[in-house]
Amino acid sequence: MKRIIVCLKQAVDVSQLKVDSKTSQLLTASAPKKISDFDKNALEEAIRIKEKLGEAEIYTVTVSSEDAKAVLREALAIGADKAYFVNDLSFQDLDTSATAYILTEAIKKIEEFDLILSGEASLDSFSGLVGSRLAELLNLPLITSVRKLTVEDNIVVAERTLEDAYETVKAKMPALITVTREINQPRIPSLMMIMKASKKEIVTWTATDLNIQKEKIGAKIEVIEVLAPKTERKKIMITGENKEEIAEKLAKALIQEGVVGR
Amino acid sequence: MDENKGVWVFSENYDLTLEMLGKGRKIADTLKTELVAVLVGFNVQEKANDLIKYGADKVYLIDNPALERFQAEACLSVLHNLTANYKPDILLIGSTKNGKPLAARLATRLETGCIPDCARLSVDEKGRLIGERITYGGNAVAKVTFRSKPQIATIPARAFEKPEPQDRSGEVTKLDAQIEEPKTEVVETKPLQASSVNIEEAKVIVSCGRGLEKKEDKALLEDLAKILGGQVGNSRPLAEDRKWFTEWVGLSGHKVKPKLYVACGISGVIQHVAGIRDSKMIVAINNDAEAPIFEVADYGVVGDLYEVLPALTEALKKQLQ
Repeated sequence: MKRIIVCLKQAVDVSQLKVDSKTSQLLTASAPKKISDFDKNALEEAIRIKEKLGEAEIYTVTVSSEDAKAVLREALAIGADKAYFVNDLSFQDLDTSATAYILTEAIKKIEEFDLILSGEASLDSFSGLVGSRLAELLNLPLITSVRKLTVEDNIVVAERTLEDAYETVKAKMPALITVTREINQPRIPSLMMIMKASKKEIVTWTATDLNIQKEKIGAKIEVIEVLAPKTERKKIMITGENKEEIAEKLAKALIQEGVVGR
Repeated sequence: MDENKGVWVFSENYDLTLEMLGKGRKIADTLKTELVAVLVGFNVQEKANDLIKYGADKVYLIDNPALERFQAEACLSVLHNLTANYKPDILLIGSTKNGKPLAARLATRLETGCIPDCARLSVDEKGRLIGERITYGGNAVAKVTFRSKPQIATIPARAFEKPEPQDRSGEVTKLDAQIEEPKTEVVETKPLQASSVNIEEAKVIVSCGRGLEKKEDKALLEDLAKILGGQVGNSRPLAEDRKWFTEWVGLSGHKVKPKLYVACGISGVIQHVAGIRDSKMIVAINNDAEAPIFEVADYGVVGDLYEVLPALTEALKKQLQ
C-alpha cells in the first residue's frame, strides 16, 4: 500500500488580517489561522490519488510552536488518515531552513513513504522554499508548481507551469511534489466526516522526541520589519452629468498624465 | 564569514541575468567588490562576452552539452561546486519557476539562508544584503536580511532594469564542473499562448473582474486596449471560478508593472492589488463606490463598465486624433 505524506502549514488567514493604521504593523497574533490554501490542495490531491488507487495511507505533518489541533482535525475530516503534530515552544520564528530540517527529522521517524506532497508556497509568508529544501535534505526527486499529477506504479508524472510553457516531468517514487491551486478544488468535509475524524489519531512529537539540535533551528535570515505597504495614489474620483462627460474628463486626464498616446 | 567575497548572479533566463547584472553592479560598487556572472549552457561563449558588457567583471562559463537545456540537478551541482570553491558573499538567482527551487536547494546544500522574490535590494552599514518582499498575501512588505553566508536572494523578472551595454573589459573563465545525474526527466514541453506570456511586459493593461457578465464581453476591453496599444487581462475569479481564462493578474498569477492599468469591474482584493502595485498609474471603473480598488487608484469612476468603457474608448479615439 502506498503511503503519502502531506506537509500542512497552519497559516495566518491573510484575508482576515488587520493592520494597525497608526503603526502599519500587522495584527498577526489576533488573526484567525487555517490550513494554508495550497497545502489544502496538496491534501485533496493525496485523497484523489488514494481514491484512484483504491487504497493508500495519507499522513499529514505539521510543524508549529502554537496549538494547531483544530487545523489537524480539519485535515483528518477532509480525509487524512493520521496527523503528526511536531509541536515545541522552541519552534518560534522558524525560517525555511529550520522548518525543512524539522520536517525532515519527522519524516525520517515516520520512515516509509512513497510520495510527499505540499503546496508550492504558504498563504502567509509565501516563500515557496520549504518543499525544495525538504527534497534536498531527503535526497528526493523534486517536481514543483504542479498543476496535474498522475501516479503509475512507481512513477509520478506531473505537469507543471513554467513562465512560457507547460512541462510534463517524470520521476521515480519516492518523490516530492509541490502543487499549485489550479490542480484541484479541495472538498469541504461533511458532518459525517468531521465526526469520523474525531476517532483518528493525532501523534504529537516534541523537539526532544525528534532529537532536534538547537543550533540547527536558529534562523539563517533575520526579519527586520514587516509593515503594511504605503499606497501613494491620487485617488481622484471622476464625476459628470453623463457617461460621455465622465469619459471625456478621464481621457483628458490620462493624456495629460502622459500614460496614453504619443 | 569574512572570507566570502563578491556579488554573483545566475539565471537560466538571459534577460533576467542582465537585469540582475544591472542591480548587482551597483551592489558590487557599494561593497567595493567584484561582480561575477555564472553562465551555463552549450556553445554560449559569445553570450559570456556580452555579460561583461552588461556589467560583469568576471564570467564563469561552464560549457557542456549536458547543460544545453535547463536541468535542475545539473545546474545545482555546477552552482554548488562553484560557490563552495569560490565562496561568494552574495548570490542573486533569477526567481523563475526553475530558479527558485534551485536557489532553495543550493541554500540547503550550503547551509545558508535564502530570501525569495526580492523586489528591492539594498546593503546596510555592515555590508549585509537587505531584501524587500511582499508577504502576507499582499498585506505587507517584509524587510529581511541574512545571518549566514553566502547571502542568497531570488529576484523576480523585471524587478530591476536591464542596463545599457557598455564597452568594458572583463575576464571570461571557462571551468569544468562535475555534473550530477538528473533525478527527474522532462518528457514534454508545450509552449503557452503568446498572448498570455507577455502581459508582464505590456505598457498598458485593461483588465476585468467579476463585473464582467459574459466571457465574450471582453471585447469591450479589447476595443479600449487596441486604442491604447495595450493588452487585456483579468482577475483570478474569472480564471479559477468561472474558468473563462487560464491566467490571471495578481499575487498568485502575473505580477505586472505597466504605465497604465485600467481595472474594470475588479473589486480590488489585496491579492490582486499586490499584483498591480508597481503600475505607474491605476484607473478603476466599478459600480460599487465602496470597492477597495478605489483606495489604490489614481483615477476612479463609479459606474457600469458596460457604459463607461465604450464611452472612454470613443473619447480617447477623438482626443488622440
